[in-house]
Amino acid sequence: MIPDLGKYAGAVLSSYAVSITLIVLLVAVSLWRSRRAAQALREVEERVKRNG
Amino acid sequence: MASIWEYANPKKFTRTVDVLLPPVAVLAVLALVTGLVWGFFFTPDDYKQGSTVKIIYLHVPSALLAINAWLMMLVASLIWLIRRHHVSALAARAAAPVGAVMTVIALVTGAIWGQPMWGTWWAWDPRLTSFLILFLFYLGYIALWSAIENDDTAADLTSVLCLVGSVFAILSRYAVNFWNQGLHQGASLSLDKEENVADVFYFPLLVCIGGFVLLFVALVLLRTRTEIRARRTRALLARERMT
Repeated sequence: MIPDLGKYAGAVLSSYAVSITLIVLLVAVSLWRSRRAAQALREVEERVKRNG
Repeated sequence: MASIWEYANPKKFTRTVDVLLPPVAVLAVLALVTGLVWGFFFTPDDYKQGSTVKIIYLHVPSALLAINAWLMMLVASLIWLIRRHHVSALAARAAAPVGAVMTVIALVTGAIWGQPMWGTWWAWDPRLTSFLILFLFYLGYIALWSAIENDDTAADLTSVLCLVGSVFAILSRYAVNFWNQGLHQGASLSLDKEENVADVFYFPLLVCIGGFVLLFVALVLLRTRTEIRARRTRALLARERMT
């Protein structure tokens, strides 16, 4: 399935591996921070509402 | 027609992100997968560069975004400095890590591509050097935001840093034209058809660029909403401490 990359296979495959890993990490960290911020805000807002 | 400044209202901006984010994210994934699969599996080797030409689908879009993310931050910073809209300062802050990662991808894929083609991982070529300095500016910008507790002061100082760093963002783009030396070739994409890469590489490259741009938009929307929520949380906690 993988095309014949010849003597440059290492260069091409490592470029894809590094780039895709960095993009996936960036997306994962962004989603994790987004969830954490939403949760923290919800908790503080509920506490403020409760305490008037 | 609604004014664009309405979106400077954090609540309105957050509501808009809630609506926009899912379709933009889906389009980004579709375009990225299509472009990369097309480029990797269904394009031929270049007669000079062999299979390393497949690196173009990562290197060019990431380099393009590394520069344009900074220019987006510049516009957002100017809006903050002139009109004092918090959302624009937070959007600039949100874009910085995305731009920094794009710069790393461009530098790493450039080095991996350069080794077999130029015989070296790195050269102090004008474009490569200005790109490295742009990356250092990204790091400085992110560090400055984290180092200053007061959000408005941090936004002021990082905006000024962004103005200064814009010189290197522009240099990164035009270094090849300014200095007629170095290893890096001219632009792969141009309005002049003669200068463009061959059509067989050009069309999947356009799809990849579209995917990277959509990914950038999705991430900046998501991260700006996160920054708005974090800022609101800090404000409520500060108010709570005072009562």
